[in-house]
Amino acid sequence: MTREHRAHEPLVLGIETSCDETGVGIVRGTTLLANVIASSMDEHARYGGVVPEIAARAHLEALTPTLTTALEQADVTLADLDAVAVTSGPGLSGALMVGVGAAKALAVSLDKPLYAVNHLVGHVGADVLTGEDVEHPTVALLVSGGHTSLLLVRDLVNDVEMLGETIDDAAGEAFDKVARLLGLPYPGGPEIDRAAASGDPTAIRFPRGLSLPKDMEKHRYDFSFSGLKTAVARWVEQRRDAGEEVPVADVAASFREAVADVLITKAVAACRDLGVPRLLLGGGVVANARVRALAEERCAAAGIALRIPPFSLCTDNGAMIAALGAQLVAAGRPPSGLGFGADSTLPVTSIQA
Amino acid sequence: MLLSIDTSAGTSVAVVDRDRGIIAEHSEADTRRHAEVIGELIARCLTDAGVAVTGLSGVAVGMGPGPFTGLRVGIAAAQSFALGAARPVVRVVSHDAIAYGHYASGGSGPLLVTTDARRRELYWSEYAGADEQGLPVRVEGPGLSSPDPIASRDIRRLDAQEVSAGALGTLAEAMHLHGRSFAGEEPLYLRSPDVTLAAGPKRVSG
Repeated sequence: MTREHRAHEPLVLGIETSCDETGVGIVRGTTLLANVIASSMDEHARYGGVVPEIAARAHLEALTPTLTTALEQADVTLADLDAVAVTSGPGLSGALMVGVGAAKALAVSLDKPLYAVNHLVGHVGADVLTGEDVEHPTVALLVSGGHTSLLLVRDLVNDVEMLGETIDDAAGEAFDKVARLLGLPYPGGPEIDRAAASGDPTAIRFPRGLSLPKDMEKHRYDFSFSGLKTAVARWVEQRRDAGEEVPVADVAASFREAVADVLITKAVAACRDLGVPRLLLGGGVVANARVRALAEERCAAAGIALRIPPFSLCTDNGAMIAALGAQLVAAGRPPSGLGFGADSTLPVTSIQA
Repeated sequence: MLLSIDTSAGTSVAVVDRDRGIIAEHSEADTRRHAEVIGELIARCLTDAGVAVTGLSGVAVGMGPGPFTGLRVGIAAAQSFALGAARPVVRVVSHDAIAYGHYASGGSGPLLVTTDARRRELYWSEYAGADEQGLPVRVEGPGLSSPDPIASRDIRRLDAQEVSAGALGTLAEAMHLHGRSFAGEEPLYLRSPDVTLAAGPKRVSG
């Protein structure tokens, strides 16, 4: 391969440890070569949510085997790499530090440049691996157990703006909490989805957070799910107090509808307001059938091109970190050096740390 | 020649050689900056030692005891450096490096090593002395304790603030030379993750 070609198609390994998934991905430019994920989800199940210390311990155990498997899958050696990329934030500090420490030492041992990248922008970067032409600007809605963010991406490596985010719980967290109060297991998303399938989404009108005119002035693109969770809890308690049976399917369907409705309403509004006819979905909540269906329906009606990468690229993964790293290399960005730290609140404007 | 890393207290990195001892050592005492400094300390040690990665025979790492978050950074770094260098990792109990340094500089007899475990507790290890090869003989620990039972012990105490990667690396070289077995793969956290099972969803209505 010529030098020029390599500059545009750099071979990059990406490490992601911001939450409960240990991800290692390898890409050549925009071509996905490996995407290996070890999850500690099962270890968190009995606690009803991610326990940071358990996640961090699991990362340390999983990282070397995950790296080795990814290299085997991609059929490349570490010496072949052009660069290493790692998530430096946002995320859980102790979890991030495992990846940051490992990536720095790996880069030094290989004498390769190291790129510290933003986890949320990484989710957007995953889109370049789908093999289709990616157009910007785009609005991106990233929804997971840790994040609910609406971004305006004018340029993946130069210009990403946070339009709004959750002011309390992440949407995925709300699914976990509501599942719990309905007696469903963790993680709540798939369980609510399953229970909702036979329910009536209009049975109960749960509140749409930050959607009233007075809230829209200050929080047009922000989300809130804490009040919704409380409203569901109150409704369920009233039924139980009255000795009535709780219609789990209807509660699940109505709750899910409230979440999906507010997510997609605000995302579509952002596309319209900003004159951007493109919406990208990312994050684990993309697996939710109703969120996808509602996005498809409303985007089609509004003439917005909707993009949803394959699920393995939507949940936390190392391939998206490698992909963003490769974009930074291709754009001629200097590496991050070795002095950066884990930043649990890294803003999206910091695409590279 | 070994690259040696310990993050059980501050961050310490060294390059050591069996014959020449500590060739390069750089440390950061701050106990909250492991992830920030680890890469630069490794790079500086390699540069100062004038050694290429291919000139190393392995990576030694302190497995603690130490506070979780920092301890993991060193172990993660050692493992991935070893993967990149295609060299083995050898694991050492961090307190053993403190005791080894003590005996190597003329100390002898029973010794109780302690390091800060935060939350008003101490990590401790007890040693009978050094054996004929100068290696520390740990008879109890590492353990975790409140300060009181340790204060009442009638034994020479060494309260360490730092763990030298240089001492840890030279100990690892000596252990290897004398065919001693290294520590296991499990980090010495000595504490369970802070987590309690919730009783169930809390009531929201009055």
